[in-house]
Formats: sequence, structure tokens, C-alpha cells
Amino acid sequence: MSRDPDRQGLAVAIALLGSLALGSALMLCVGKSPGHVWWVMVRETLFLNEYNPGQILFRATSLALTGLSVSVALDAGLFNIAAEGQVIAGVVVCAIVGTALPPGTPAVVAVPLCLVSAVLAGAAIGFLIGAMKVWRGAPEVITSIMITAIVGGVALWLGNEVLFQNGTTTGVAIIPSAWLPALGLGGSAANVSVAITAFAVLALWWFRARTTWGQALRVVGRDPKAARAVGISVGRVQIAAMVGSGALAGLAAVNFVMGHKHAFEQGLGAGAGLLGISVAILGRLHPVGIAAAALLLSFLSVGGLATSQEVPKEISEMLQGVVVLAVACSVPIARRWRHAPQAPATVAGARVKP
Amino acid sequence: MTSSISAVLDKAYAGVRVLERATLEVEAGTVHALVGENGAGKSTLVKILAGITPADRGTLSISASAVDLATWDRRAARAAHIGIVQQHGAFAGTLSVVENAVLGAEPTRRGLLQLEPTAKALAALGQTIGLAIDPWVRVDTLSLGAAQRAEIVTALHFGAKLLLLDEPTAVLAPIEVEGLLATLRDLAKAGTTVLLVTHKLDEVRQVADAVTVLRGGASVSRFTGTVTHSSHFASQPAETTVAPRDGNPLDISAIARAMVGGELPPAPSSVPAPAAEAEPRLVLRKLSVGGELTAIELAVRAGEIVGVAGVDGNGQRELGHAIAGLIAHTGTVEIAGRDAAKMAPGTRLRAGLAHVPEDRMRGGLVLDSTVADNLSLGRIDITGRFRIDRAAVAKFADERIAELDIRPPARDAIVRSLSGGNQQKVVIGRELSRPNLVAVIAAQPTRGVDLGAVAKIHDRLRAAAEAGAGVLVISADLDELMALCHRIVVLLRGRIVGEVTALRAPDARATLGRLMTGLADARAGVG
Repeated sequence: MSRDPDRQGLAVAIALLGSLALGSALMLCVGKSPGHVWWVMVRETLFLNEYNPGQILFRATSLALTGLSVSVALDAGLFNIAAEGQVIAGVVVCAIVGTALPPGTPAVVAVPLCLVSAVLAGAAIGFLIGAMKVWRGAPEVITSIMITAIVGGVALWLGNEVLFQNGTTTGVAIIPSAWLPALGLGGSAANVSVAITAFAVLALWWFRARTTWGQALRVVGRDPKAARAVGISVGRVQIAAMVGSGALAGLAAVNFVMGHKHAFEQGLGAGAGLLGISVAILGRLHPVGIAAAALLLSFLSVGGLATSQEVPKEISEMLQGVVVLAVACSVPIARRWRHAPQAPATVAGARVKP
Repeated sequence: MTSSISAVLDKAYAGVRVLERATLEVEAGTVHALVGENGAGKSTLVKILAGITPADRGTLSISASAVDLATWDRRAARAAHIGIVQQHGAFAGTLSVVENAVLGAEPTRRGLLQLEPTAKALAALGQTIGLAIDPWVRVDTLSLGAAQRAEIVTALHFGAKLLLLDEPTAVLAPIEVEGLLATLRDLAKAGTTVLLVTHKLDEVRQVADAVTVLRGGASVSRFTGTVTHSSHFASQPAETTVAPRDGNPLDISAIARAMVGGELPPAPSSVPAPAAEAEPRLVLRKLSVGGELTAIELAVRAGEIVGVAGVDGNGQRELGHAIAGLIAHTGTVEIAGRDAAKMAPGTRLRAGLAHVPEDRMRGGLVLDSTVADNLSLGRIDITGRFRIDRAAVAKFADERIAELDIRPPARDAIVRSLSGGNQQKVVIGRELSRPNLVAVIAAQPTRGVDLGAVAKIHDRLRAAAEAGAGVLVISADLDELMALCHRIVVLLRGRIVGEVTALRAPDARATLGRLMTGLADARAGVG
């Protein structure tokens, strides 16, 4: 339902070309042939083995979900910086529920239960931020940052006091029936969460474009006054958006806990929420675009590791930032390109040069 | 020194041609009217002259010296003493009038911002020309009319020799219009050149020396002549009277024909008066909003169209918003006998209320969405409760587009790209097509809307009344209320100060004028 898909696509294309050029320049600076490095990056990450593509999928799974999370809030005109805290809350709650279940619990019960608990943990934090925004007028950016700090503190305290096993920074493993099977790509961490995420992407696309609730979400984001005038309860929609946003971020915890580590670990899931902001911007708030953005950023970060023999891996980290900035800046350029050459056809169909 | 304009301009937005060899010749020291229906390209032409929008190609001369269109911007235009007052205002809402006035060229004394002299000068100038303003008030707390007044005064204060006014009277009350037109004549006499964009031919007749008619982006006719003055108000204060001048009057009916490109739409048929026993559909009891609106008592019966007249800024906005539930109020609002005072806006709409808000740009439309999405916005009777029935939305949009002649007739067009009149048709199309319509509150339903669209919108309001709804029309345009309503109440300083029921009576207009300006008091009803 993008208003102008051509322009959005063109903007991203311009940004990617610009980033490619800048990345090449960086490689030249460290004395490497860009063509060679790019080739190594593509070959190593995509064609050499199954492990690297698997790792890209694993990373992209969490990033796509946190990207969707940020985009849902932004659709309603709210900036959810707390995806980071919501992922960590999801990780902690999911791990606790997973370990607390009796060992004999069948997978059909254990998997949904752990998944829902992670989602609810994220949603609860989203609700808190939304409610403070709507009912008390507290700016969501500030409360998001603060709540993320609180969640991080609580998680570490819980770990140290209760969860971590004698001297390590790892908690007890969740029961095996709550594990999500790995996809088995060369021993990579990619797991069934990929499918859950793909479903979430499609479901959200449908929800945004084809339902009155999705429409209300975007109307509130674009023009709250008009939304109110036609009878949409702006506050309710904003709270719902934050709840939905938190739920999606909480879902990202499933990939870490149930799909990969099977236990609570210090720092598990950290960073995914913050990168989600970049993913949402890079994906132009469109669910499918967000999935593609998550894959691209994951490719760059895995590719950075794969080419660390050739160039410092910091270059690929810089590139991830460059890509996001370039996309954020490229929409006006694309707009100019699309409209400037379109001189109006005159009645006779002939065009007069100015 | 006075300024003249000579321009031939082309402009297209995103491949849509807006101006095609639009030709304008304005003589120095005259009031020149630029008329045409909405979407004819009037605003675009004026924005190019003011340096706000670049032209694609063409020629432009100011005071007989050609300007380079490639470098023609607002700064250059300002240097050429061109002042502009735009249709929807250009003032920043969060700043005061005086802060807006000095924006970009703030006067300072020893490095500190110094606003008092400018504020004093603005207030004094406003007094002199009959457009009273408070320079210190924040613009977003002003009504549209008051903000417009402030912009006009500001443009004059900064010594504009060529004053471009884009539909300045659309948001003014009749008495203010008279004052403004007299001011424009005085300015022209003193040497200022005035270009007045309007589609009210009455104003053209009163004030213009010459007229250019735009249709479809091209100049179709140019009329010159000398105006003869006619005043609506018997009790017109002497200083706002335009002195009659000699010469040939402008051929107003020829101008009207040139505007619409054919004969004028037929005169509207009036709705029969409601039966005395018709049940009330919208009842207001002791409706009050802060200090803005006090103890409004009003009942609109089924089939009745009631007008609310008044100078803009006397509580009209609060009245409309309170009935729609958009602002907190005390007292009761009854919709079809049900007390709606505690209902949320959406609940009131579902109870059978339709609300055409005062300002379509601020609350009536989502400008960056499509025509179809705006038409079905919040209309779960069309979209369905959860999953959007896209076929129904498209069908509904096409029906409304055909019914109201929305142009361009494309349901996927972004509303922002539509002309003001067509945007308003989208609001009307959504609101007046609600099922189980009980009461309609239409605030300034034809503000800044062209003649053809006015007729369509009035037709729809009449049809709503004939179908049994109670219709309340709030308007600063007395002609509109006289043409539409069965009776008119007058709002002054937040109170209903009078009511006129015999609108055909010869002195009805004069009575309304006296009520609106506070010259008559306390329920001085006629008939």
C-alpha cells in the first residue's frame, strides 16, 4: 500500500548504489581492490557453504521482527525506541517459563506457551509506554529509553541473583520440548523462527493494507485531527500500536531463546532492538521492505566477518550505518528525478524546449 | 512609484498542466481581479508572481522591466515590493502575529530582539484600515478570519507596492469584506497595485478596475471597465463605503459565463419549510464551551435548515466542534432525542450525526491519502468492520465522484493534489452519505470553493434536509445562508443574540447585519 512504490524503490536503489560507492572508497583507503573484496564477500557469505547463509537468516529473523515492531509504532506516529528492552524482557520471560514447565510437557503445549509469554512480555512494556503517553502525556521516546534501561537492569539482577548457574552467565536450559528445531544449515543458528517471521511479515502486510484497524493506525499517524473527526479513538489506537509493537519485539526473543541458546544468557538479544530502528527506516516502513532490509543488514554484518582477512570488519559495520543514512536521505533525490524530466505533453503531443 | 505586471506563464505539477500560456496584464495603481473556478490555476499563478513557486517557462515583467524567471524567488519578489496573502495562511501557528511579521528579518537592538515597535505599528495600521488585530496573540489561537486579517495588515506594513491577495474574503464576515474592499480601493488610489484572486463576482463588481478570467490554466478573457458600487448594508458605516466612480460597469454576467465556460448553473430550488409538528433532530441545551460559547439553546427539526451567522471568531468553531464532540463542553447535545453529551466523537457519528468541519485542511481530510480512502474514512458501513471490502470502497468512491463531480475523477488521486473545491466535495461526499442520517452540522461548507462546487454542495445539504435530517449550517457567508436556510440565528461573542425567520423580508439582511455587528441587541427577531 505504499503510495508511490516506484519512488520508494528508486530511493532505495539510489541509496544502495551510493553506499556501494562509499564502501568501495573505504576499501580503496585501506589499499584493497573493491571489486575483489565485494566478490569475496558475496562468495564467502552466499556460495561457499551453508553456514553463512544460515547465519544471515538467523540474524535477519530477529531484525525483521524488531523492524516490524518499530514500523508499527511509527505507522501510528510514535517512536518505539524500547524494542531493545522489549526483546530482552521477552528473552527473560520466555526463558523463565521454559525452565519452569514440567519436563514432560508436550511440544504442542510448551512451544505456544513460551512463545506467547515472550510476546506478552514485550506487549506489556509496549502497553506501559503507550498508556503513559496517552493518559499522562509522557513523551514515548523518553519513556522508551528509560524503560529499556530498567529492563536491562532487572534482567541482569535476575540473572545474577536467581538464574545464572554457579559462576557462569548462563541460566538453566529450557525444557527440550520447547526448543524450536534448527534448519540445519551447516550448523548455523537458523531455526524454525524464520517461518514464524515470514508469517508475521505477510500478516502485517495484510493487516496494514487490508483492514480497517491497519488503516486507522496509519490515519492516526498521518493526521490525528482527521482521525478524531471521523470517529477514530486516537488514544486507543496509539496504545494498541504500542502493544502491537511491543508484541512483535517480544516475538524476536523466540529466535534467541527457543531457537538458538535454549537458555537465558547475559546479553542475549542485545542490540537487535536498536538495529530494528535502522531496519524499519531502511525498509521504508513496508513489511516486505523491512524483511529485505533485515536480510541486507545481516548480509553486511556476516559478510564483514567473512572478509575480515581482506579488510577490517569495522568497514562492514560502517557500511550498515551508511546504507541506513543513505536511504533516509535519498527520498527527495528520487522525487526530483522522477518529476523533473516529466515535462508536460502539450495538446499536440509535441514538447517545446524551454 | 507604482508597479505593474505583465506575465505569460506555463506551469505543470507532476506532469499535470496547471497553467498554459496564462496571460496577465495588470496596470499600475489598479485593483485587478483574477477570477476563475477552483482548479483554474489562480493560486498557482499568484504563487509564481510572489516567487513562492517557480514557473516552468514564460515571461514576467514587473514595472516594465523583465525579470529572470530562473532566479525569481520569494526574496527577489520581496525586493520588488511584492507582498502576498495566501489562501490558507502562511503564518506559523506557534508564533505570535508580530513574531511572524518579522520572521526572517528580526529587528534587534544591541543584539536583543525588539518587537514592540513593529507590534505597535501593526496595531496602529490595523486600526487605520479597519482590520483590527492583536499583534501579541499566538496565531494558532486565532480563527482563520483573524489570522487572515493579521497577514493582510503585515503585508501592508512592510510596504508592499504590489499586493497579491489569494481569496482573502473567503474567511471574512460580510462587514469585514466591505471594509477590506474599501481598503483595497484606498490602497489603489494611493498607488498600490492590487491583484485580488476571488470567485465572488459581487466583490469584483464592487472593487475591480479590470478582470482577468482563468479557465483550465489559460486566460480566456480580460475585461476592463469601471465599477459601480452597491452596498448590502443600509447601516453601512461611512468610512467603509466605496465611492462610486464613472465609466462603463464591468459586464458581470459575461465574466460569469467566461468563468464557467457556459451558462450559469440553474437557480437552486428551495426546500419546503418543515411541518410545524416535525420532530426535533438536533437539540442544544445550555451548550457552553469555556468562555467561547455561552448557553446555546437551539433546536433543529427534521427537514429544517438552520443557519448560524456571525463574524468569524465569535464561537462558530467551538459550536461546531462541541456538537461533534471534539472539544469538552457543558450542557446537552441531543441527537434524535438521545443525549449525546457524554458520547465520544465516533459514537455521535454512529448515532446519526454528520460533521463537515470548518477547515478541511485541519481535521476534515487525510491529505496524503487517496480520494477513495478519504471518502470511506471511518465509514465501517462501507469498509466492513475489520477486513476492508476493497470492491465496496471503490464502488462507493466512484458513486460519490460521479454524484459530486469530483475532479479529477480518479479514486486513486492523492487528496492533497486536488483543488480546494474538490477536496471539500470529498468531505461532503463522506459525511452526507452516512446511513441513518439524523442531523448535519456543516461548518463553512463552501469556504474557498468555486461556483460549480458551491451549487453541488448546497444541493447535497438540501437533499439531506429533504430526506428528513435536521441541518445546521455555520457560515460567514451571509449569501450562502440566505440561499439555503429556513431561519438564521446570529452568534456574537459566543451567544445567540438574535434570530431572523422571515428571510424574504426586505429588511432581513439589514437586521442580520446589525445583529452580527452588535448594533442590535437581545433577540430582536424579525417576523
